[in-house]
Amino acid sequence: MATKSDPQTPRKGGPEEGPLFQSSTSTRHALDRIFAVLVFVATIIGLIVLAILLVDIAWDGLPRLSWAFLTSFSSVIPDNTGIYPALLGSLWLLALTGIISVPLGIGAATYLEEYAPDNWLTRLIEINISNLAGVPSIIYGLLGLGIFVNLLGPITGGQSIVSGALTLSLLILPVIIIATREAFRTIPGALREGGYALGATRWEVIKAHLLPMAIPGALTGTILALSRAIGETAPLIVVGAATYITFAPESPLSSYSALPIQIYSWVSQPQPGFQIAAAAGIVVLMIVLLLANSVAIWLRNKYQRRA
Amino acid sequence: MQLEALVAVETRPGSGSGPGMWRQENRGRHLQERVVKIVLAACAYLSIFTTFGIVFVLLFETISFFTQVSILDFFTDTRWAASFANPSFGIMVLASGTLMTTLIAILIALPIGLLAAIYLSEYASTRLRRWLKPALEILAGVPTIVYGYFALTFVTPLLRATIFPDMTIFNVLSAGIVMGVMIIPTIASVSEDAIYAVPRSLREGAYALGATKRETATKIVVPAALSGIVAATILGISRAVGETMIVAVAAGNLAQFCVNPLQPCQTMTAFIVQVASGDTQTGSLTFQTIFAVGSTLFLMTLVLNVISYIFVRRFREAY
Repeated sequence: MATKSDPQTPRKGGPEEGPLFQSSTSTRHALDRIFAVLVFVATIIGLIVLAILLVDIAWDGLPRLSWAFLTSFSSVIPDNTGIYPALLGSLWLLALTGIISVPLGIGAATYLEEYAPDNWLTRLIEINISNLAGVPSIIYGLLGLGIFVNLLGPITGGQSIVSGALTLSLLILPVIIIATREAFRTIPGALREGGYALGATRWEVIKAHLLPMAIPGALTGTILALSRAIGETAPLIVVGAATYITFAPESPLSSYSALPIQIYSWVSQPQPGFQIAAAAGIVVLMIVLLLANSVAIWLRNKYQRRA
Repeated sequence: MQLEALVAVETRPGSGSGPGMWRQENRGRHLQERVVKIVLAACAYLSIFTTFGIVFVLLFETISFFTQVSILDFFTDTRWAASFANPSFGIMVLASGTLMTTLIAILIALPIGLLAAIYLSEYASTRLRRWLKPALEILAGVPTIVYGYFALTFVTPLLRATIFPDMTIFNVLSAGIVMGVMIIPTIASVSEDAIYAVPRSLREGAYALGATKRETATKIVVPAALSGIVAATILGISRAVGETMIVAVAAGNLAQFCVNPLQPCQTMTAFIVQVASGDTQTGSLTFQTIFAVGSTLFLMTLVLNVISYIFVRRFREAY
């Protein structure tokens, strides 16, 4: 590249540009100060909107929140309606989705980073995973509807919690895989070479050194992914989560509702009473999410050792 | 395990004696190695089956759909009326709604998200960063149905009271703006990870050459993290194109050509939700319609993602 440069054109940044370089120092520092303010404001905007959103929802929903609201079933009367079956449904979904997706995701990431040979098949899997990460969640709903609900209906029980959890697991797998891979990549190669030099096998190096170091990063991705799973509405609507349900789910094969589904059903009602119930439902959903996130962030900070 | 390895090293005979014991242990470890590799590989190959599943399901129903509806009409018709007695299926109508909301969202999310990422990684003190990053992660975890509620009950009334009194209650602008806010943390968080991963030595090199902090951030660190930033942006666009609940709640479900953001429109995703919420007979034309729309959506994001993947591979900086 350098050999082809035209000797006639003066090179940028060369010593002949010395005076220009010196004279602009104060302008550059002024721009620096403006830029510093700009990036700060950009960061704060997101948080301000978050604050407004939380206050708005708490304002609308908190007065409606009560023990009765948490323990009641759906009702056609806005003042009597409650969130109990949806709350239980969401907890079932969260547990099953976590159990299915986290081991699969970390396993796939470990294979791709530490084992996979650099060939066309590996590249195909990589392209495939990054593509899956960009596939809209509602498409996973269609996949779940076609495979888990219709094709495997006799095993999964059709529109059941298992069908929902499998759908959500496939949905969040790419997110977990990508985050875990990034975490593996930040580990210096010398660590692996040190392990191999001592005679350890690949798996021994992974288990003793790489996985513990990758956990903080992997955990961040897993939090984001599971949060996404709890809040997902569209795919669950497509795989047939019920909006009106009068019993609590008792097994993975039960039909079910979920918090976001219940909220959507209330938001779509024209009566103001249901809008308020939706706000109260959102408060419950946000509290569940906040708890999940706090636990995960605490865990990550505990494991995080930054040089 | 570590202890065993230590013991193995200590009881290992010196260079002169026979290596019998060492070899036997090796065999067990290599068997374990092979089993682990197969199990992990199976996890990775699952992604291929997921894609096959998606393609199979979408193709199967879409082909049935196109035996009843002309593919030419599907792409050229300017009217979308799927549930009418005399139905017409012009996907362009729904695509225009998707395009409009995505455009509004990205115009808001990309500049704000990227600048926030630079602040978090380059400017914020370690202590502040420890607070701000989890805060942003919580914002990223806000469910889309919540944003939908927010768009409908807060942003629209606010805009109607201040800038756009003519705005309808269900409209594309509020949905797009809130969608943009939703995507800010996605873009900021993923970009920030990429920016933070740029080695310190690159920054120190730039400072040593006399670059200011802003110059280092914008001319050294951001280009070095470009692959991650592009990936973040594409992820943001994909989320906007596929975003469902905000538009289903706040944008109205009126299938018309989307030119005025102050009016209601229906996106492809909102249509699928509208049909799936109702009772639809498996195998009916309406049932197949959501798969045909889903196929279009899938193809759009596929093209987008393949372009981004090529881009990321070409510009990836390896350390």
